[in-house]
Amino acid sequence: MEAFTAHTGRAVPLRRSNVDTDQIIPAHWLKKVTRDGFEDGLFEAWRKDPEFVLNRPERQGATVLVAGPDFGTGSSREHAVWALQNYGFKTVISSRFADIFRGNSLKNGLLTVVLEQSVVDRLWELTEADPAAEITVDLVERKVTAEGVMADFELDENARWRLLNGLDDISLTLQNEADIAAYEASRPAFKPRTLKA
Amino acid sequence: MGRTLAEKVWDDHVVRRAEGEPDLLFIDLHLLHEVTSPQAFDGLRKSGRQVRRLDLTIATEDHNTPTLDIDKPIADPVSRAQLETLRKNCAEFGVRLHPLGDVEQGVVHVVGPQLGLTQPGTTVVCGDSHTSTHGAFGALAFGIGTSQVEHVLATQTLPMARPKTMAITVEGELPDGVTAKDLILAIIAKIGTGGGQGYIIEYRGSAIEKLSMEARMTICNMSIEAGARAGMIAPDQTTFDYLQGRDHAPRGADWDAAVAYWKTLRTDDDAVFDAEVFIDAAELAPFVTWGTNPGQGAPLSASVPDPASYEDASERLAAEKALEYMGLTAGQPLRDIKVDTVFVGSCTNGRIEDLRAAASLLQGRKVADGVRMLVVPGSVRVALQAVEEGLDRVFTEAGAEWRHAGCSMCLGMNPDQLAPGERSASTSNRNFEGRQGKGGRTHLVSPQVAAATAVLGHLASPADLTDNAATRTPAGV
Ligand code: SF4
Repeated sequence: MEAFTAHTGRAVPLRRSNVDTDQIIPAHWLKKVTRDGFEDGLFEAWRKDPEFVLNRPERQGATVLVAGPDFGTGSSREHAVWALQNYGFKTVISSRFADIFRGNSLKNGLLTVVLEQSVVDRLWELTEADPAAEITVDLVERKVTAEGVMADFELDENARWRLLNGLDDISLTLQNEADIAAYEASRPAFKPRTLKA
Repeated sequence: MGRTLAEKVWDDHVVRRAEGEPDLLFIDLHLLHEVTSPQAFDGLRKSGRQVRRLDLTIATEDHNTPTLDIDKPIADPVSRAQLETLRKNCAEFGVRLHPLGDVEQGVVHVVGPQLGLTQPGTTVVCGDSHTSTHGAFGALAFGIGTSQVEHVLATQTLPMARPKTMAITVEGELPDGVTAKDLILAIIAKIGTGGGQGYIIEYRGSAIEKLSMEARMTICNMSIEAGARAGMIAPDQTTFDYLQGRDHAPRGADWDAAVAYWKTLRTDDDAVFDAEVFIDAAELAPFVTWGTNPGQGAPLSASVPDPASYEDASERLAAEKALEYMGLTAGQPLRDIKVDTVFVGSCTNGRIEDLRAAASLLQGRKVADGVRMLVVPGSVRVALQAVEEGLDRVFTEAGAEWRHAGCSMCLGMNPDQLAPGERSASTSNRNFEGRQGKGGRTHLVSPQVAAATAVLGHLASPADLTDNAATRTPAGV
């Protein structure tokens, strides 16, 4: 995973709540068996509308998505995270994320930042008034800054440490091999098995 | 202090706990399907890893599988490639797989319980958000992303921060014609699609205890639609009776030891939940959705709400957008909404009890002209049972299409889709824009409401059918 320390970029204001993962990447894209090439599927249905914010010329090359509450609800598809990253987003800001989406994003190095809705409102106003306005998300300082905006955000220490260092979960877990083996040895015999002995 | 059911199961699976780190949990059962696994197997291959516990892993094909002509090659080359990738991966790594055409094939959340693999007090994960279904057995069951699928394949564990706990207590008797589906839709409308966020919900109370395992699965299945990490119901005699004798249920001395353990899996009297919700079962009625998220629902007797009536600006905007997408107007009675398609199936309502409920209403009746009704059993076993009971004939004689098992129109990855502008009454779990096909409009309903709607051509409850009972041909004719 790529490490995330700080990022500065222009933003896309997405004034919608409950953006579910079916909207982020529709089901027919899920037939792909790779992690890349999902950029054209991102918000596919909405992008048919030339006025949709992602289609506006002034939003090209933007890397910060500022979304409404309950972003990423619904299906657990990690493809939603890959689609956002493939498209070029480095970070998503919202007042509330669905749990599975949040977990997926942090495992892939897409920083999801939770800010109060009032701050999200201010970021929307800022970037709508001036599409060239830049937003900085600093994971070291845990701060979001933009013109007239300075807000702290929380992220649990462990997730932050892994993101800052770009660490892969599996290798970290495998360092605890002895604990896993000890647990396995103590499991009761009645626990289910998919293969019969 | 006492512990909740969720805390007990959690504690029993902690492999490693360290200050400032998520707990490392052991996973008892890992279910795989074709959509969320290819990139995980790829990851294993790239890092030269194996599947750690083949005996705790099982795969089936469900999302892409066609429900017609299953003996012919799959027409869509991309769907076919994805199924072939799963087959290749399972063969290469040695994972047990139930492919299309196998008697144990079906929707992953129907297959686990019916094999007896889903058991009380286990941890169950799958790269699918509706893994919450398995919580009906008192299991701790989470939907996970593809990176986590790879993590579980490689280590049989998952690092996880412990969610908070919420109790939803439902007391009293569900009125006639009101089902588990109506109850969970009403709960989601009440607490909202983000209401359960960060929580494991435990459903409890006398109304829940009276439910069958099928009904409990319907409720836990849709916990995710309330935003919850998982849903659970304490195991009891109903659970034990369902499990006993199933293929992978414990036997003999193991059975006794298991039941003794399972009986300890109840929330202690002095345990404290982080949040509590109370619901009076007697106040519930058949419930349907009118919008494009599962929280946008109302009793069938109500009308389409006026977005202007919402105080919260984002809810108001969401309601406006939903009505526009759904082609509905504020104030329109929900019963007046006409549908073109009725879908009975999915991991929410594709079990035998759901098919029985729909069939009992269709017996001797006809699907309305201009309505297409699809009945898609949740698994091959469910289909076989239905055929044995003659339900397939009831459906076909009523004019419905009896299909092969799979996810089908629940998400339309296979050819079963709504055309743009088409409207369905669907027993599935998601009414998102385009979920059942681009531009398709979905109303979530119970199997009973689905059947009544199919007969009358507009959203309807079983009670609406009694007036024309005279027109019903007697059973077996
Ligand atoms: S039936 Fe629907 S909700 Fe269930 S696993 Fe299949 S696609 Fe997902």
